[in-house]
Amino acid sequence: MGAETIFFFLFGGGAILSTLGVLLSRNPINSAISLVVSFFFLAGIYAMLSAHLNAIMQIMVYAGAIMVLFVFVLMLLNFGDEEHEKPRLNPTQIISLLVGAALLIAMFSAATAFVDGSRQVFHPSMPPGFGGVEAIGHALLTSYVLPFEMAAVLLLVGIVGAVVVAKRRF
Amino acid sequence: MDLVWELLIILLKIVVVVLLFAFPIGSLMTLLGDRKQSSLIQNRIGPNRARLPGINHPLVGIPHFLADGLKMIFKEDIIPRQANRFWHTLAPAISLFPAIALWAVIPFSDHYCTGTATMVDYRDVCVDGAFYNLFSISNLEAGLLYVFAISAVSVYGAAIAGWASNSKFSLLGGLRSSAQMISYEVTMGLSLAGILIIYGTLNLNEMVVVQGQLLWDWLPMWGIVVQPLAFFLFLAAMMAETKRAPFDVPEGESEIVAGYFTEFSSMKFAVIQLSEYVATVFVGSLVSTVFLGGWQVPWLYGDGFYFGNTDEPSIPLPYWLVIVLRVGSFSIKTLFILWLQFMLRWTLPRFRYDQIMTLGWKILLPLSLANLVITAFVVLVLL
Repeated sequence: MGAETIFFFLFGGGAILSTLGVLLSRNPINSAISLVVSFFFLAGIYAMLSAHLNAIMQIMVYAGAIMVLFVFVLMLLNFGDEEHEKPRLNPTQIISLLVGAALLIAMFSAATAFVDGSRQVFHPSMPPGFGGVEAIGHALLTSYVLPFEMAAVLLLVGIVGAVVVAKRRF
Repeated sequence: MDLVWELLIILLKIVVVVLLFAFPIGSLMTLLGDRKQSSLIQNRIGPNRARLPGINHPLVGIPHFLADGLKMIFKEDIIPRQANRFWHTLAPAISLFPAIALWAVIPFSDHYCTGTATMVDYRDVCVDGAFYNLFSISNLEAGLLYVFAISAVSVYGAAIAGWASNSKFSLLGGLRSSAQMISYEVTMGLSLAGILIIYGTLNLNEMVVVQGQLLWDWLPMWGIVVQPLAFFLFLAAMMAETKRAPFDVPEGESEIVAGYFTEFSSMKFAVIQLSEYVATVFVGSLVSTVFLGGWQVPWLYGDGFYFGNTDEPSIPLPYWLVIVLRVGSFSIKTLFILWLQFMLRWTLPRFRYDQIMTLGWKILLPLSLANLVITAFVVLVLL
């Protein structure tokens, strides 16, 4: 068992445990911080897949910016522990449960298809600089410049929308 | 065997950088910077009572540094009854983690050259050998982004400490600190975008190497020379990030006792303080890396001082002396920025909360945007 396997199980197991923490803890702050921890483990997995920029962006954007706002709001409102309600299944939940199970099976079979070696779909050879800043920056500003700019415009619309919605209150 | 050797070197680098550089300077600053320098500025005598056994001299108050540490260890560790025990205990560690992790990408000198180091076009080249990374813990390609990512995460320490104490003052301190840090992160990133355009790299060591280039064959191309405005913007933003005066509303003692660490005592308090000081030292090292040429000594390259782009050095020096000079130059620059921060801390009064927000969003942010646009334009015209 190489060092890579050990780290994979460390990061993967940590990600699963902390994601379970998000779902199972009753205190909203605990959930939020578990989510941050799981982002760190995911970043570790990205780094192992030599997607260094993705790993850093994961921490910078999700853990460092988005979740900070979540935690900020949760602390400001200061919820107590969530009331324990008796779980009742309604039709929407049953449908989402079925869809979730189907997705899980699909993902699992896809993953095993890669592992057993009979289907060589994945070529592990990578160009030099793969996943680095230069490669991704180059791809974003040449081949994918339209989606990139569209995302930027979408974010701008979101910001303007937030300002408009907030202004109306005063 | 090679792997074990490499792991040992990395461990050694971590120990030297964190335990022998960041921590001692950071904790000595609590004394020399905060207590002795403030007393000099405020025309007081300052700490002078503690003595080392056998030496009947105050030694500019340095024994107080040991006495304070001892006092902290023996104090009672109090967790308020209504506090969240888990997060209250973990909060000091959460605030110390980013302060340490940030040091991973700071280069203390150029990569070690196994052959003969010399200079071609104001750049070190290694003849008959290769460069080997000995003077930074990790030579990350996206080093600067790593710094941004980790300092973005450092918001949590104060916020969780404030929230977990279950006290109104602490909560206010935590909320103030997260609002302030989020606001200044934007300026922090944008003010460096101009530097990135000029140097064309995110790797901090490569950035320092590029700063060895000379403008008009005599002026080192340090960040402060090519981006003077960004230097001040970045220094202001980084000072706000460390929550030190004049940006210390999160712990404003005249309003909210001690802010987010009101309910912490004993070593937990010490760890929170230490992480702030280590972060302050880090600001010094990052500013000197990006703007003051890092380990560069002007006109000094691999085998001596060069005055002009010649083949032979004007003043030849042995390679070990070059390394010593470089590490020394980096340390002196770091200490200088540190000293500057403490001077600012004791000169300027604390800003009000609205002043901090106005400064961040209405002054620093537009200035850094303007700086970016002008830099991009100038680079486009010149190149």
